[in-house]
Amino acid sequence: METFRCNGLNKTFEGVHALIGLDLEFPTSGITAIIGPNGAGKTTLINVLTGFLRPDLGHCFLGEHETTELLPYQVARLGVARTFQDLRLIFQVSVLDNVLLARQHQIGERLLGALLQFGIANEEARNRDAAIRLLQFVGLEEKINELAGELSYGQQKLLTLACCLATEAKILFLDEPVAGVHPEMASRILFLLRQLREDGKLVIFIEHNIGIVREVADLVIVMDAGKIIAQGPPSEVLERHEIMEVYLA
Amino acid sequence: MAHAAFYGLGAYTSALITLHFGAPFLLSTLMGMMAAALISLFISLPSLRLHDDYFVIATFGFQMIIFGVLNNWMDVTRGPLGIPGIPQPAIFGWVIRSQIGFVVLSSLLAIFAYSIVYRLSASPFGRVLRAVREDEIFAQSLGKNTLWFKVLAFAISAALAASAGSLYAHYITFIDPTSFTIMESILVISMVIIGGAGSPWGPLIGALILVILPEALRFVGFPSTVAANLRQIIYGILLVLMIILRPRGLVGRYGFGQ
Repeated sequence: METFRCNGLNKTFEGVHALIGLDLEFPTSGITAIIGPNGAGKTTLINVLTGFLRPDLGHCFLGEHETTELLPYQVARLGVARTFQDLRLIFQVSVLDNVLLARQHQIGERLLGALLQFGIANEEARNRDAAIRLLQFVGLEEKINELAGELSYGQQKLLTLACCLATEAKILFLDEPVAGVHPEMASRILFLLRQLREDGKLVIFIEHNIGIVREVADLVIVMDAGKIIAQGPPSEVLERHEIMEVYLA
Repeated sequence: MAHAAFYGLGAYTSALITLHFGAPFLLSTLMGMMAAALISLFISLPSLRLHDDYFVIATFGFQMIIFGVLNNWMDVTRGPLGIPGIPQPAIFGWVIRSQIGFVVLSSLLAIFAYSIVYRLSASPFGRVLRAVREDEIFAQSLGKNTLWFKVLAFAISAALAASAGSLYAHYITFIDPTSFTIMESILVISMVIIGGAGSPWGPLIGALILVILPEALRFVGFPSTVAANLRQIIYGILLVLMIILRPRGLVGRYGFGQ
């Protein structure tokens, strides 16, 4: 799989330096956790990498493709999916429709395809089967016809994960995937992340709970004040006293 | 706010093509629709990057520009003098002159427009449009080019308005810019608000109510001059009541201001 990397990333918001000369190369698969205190630049980093923010300086690459200037939908089409800290879904449509929306390269999404309806029924049937399989994978198969807005918060987090997977992305950025959910649901989400690791995907997630990072991450990246101050296996990085001091501060 | 502009573009394009080139009604209507869709790109590409109120102001500006062009481009549109003598529609040699004939033609065009809207809204294309309406950022994160979908939706809307313009031009046989003012745009928006957005049925029901209601007033005994003024008052009252009491309209799925 192609490597996602960036070098010399800088991003400033009205004089506040969110990212400062950041160099980073992600592994090709596994689970990477990004940790750091509030304001460390974690979400800004994800926003830059997924095209939702343009860096002031620096470059991002996915394999040979430079993604720095790409729009969010263009980055997504390269196989990079993401979730958001403030949970985003189409709340007024069904769970199934949210997942169907995420499927890529649909003939029915083209104007002529939609007007002529040629081959749409078969395509929809195939996409529906794939979507149901994904909803079974995340444990929402009994909710397919419910409105996304009627699910519990934890179930909505699962649905965002299903949507990411429906894009068939190889790289998933998850912004606090278990924040605010019931411990039982959090265990379910962590179990799914491990499954995705087994499938060879790269999962990058922002997390504040050190226990969860220790439990699932293969690599941990520690950020503070827009810089990476440490990275490595959790068993090494999280034992370092100065790192924990920064984090707890 | 520019629906009347596209309605006018369809009327003028169709009328001019018929008068100057002798094109049949269906072809001139198609040309009018294409012209409106094409011109919609000039407004949608720059202004769809705007949001909410700013987008409304941009389309309002476009409406005023088109009215200005229709009113001042004397060589082509004859300005306030208008274009008289537009032939009545002829379809495969059959000239439609009777009221019944127009009812049939209008109904067929309405069914055509409705079937396009219904097909699109029931397809994956419509699913993306709903996603763009609800949460554009989420749609982008799933790889959808939301700007392109908005441009297409705007162009389709412009083309359908233009088809109504062409029908109007060939029915009345005379057009001038006063038929395509901002008041017509407000009327269309009122139809959507009263019927309800987010459903293909909503605007249809809204249109039926706002067209039939003033006609019904005449049966109550109001003279036609009074009924015409009452129409504006009733539109205003209905709009205010709907926005306050039922923001989703009668059968809509999307609430304005919610």
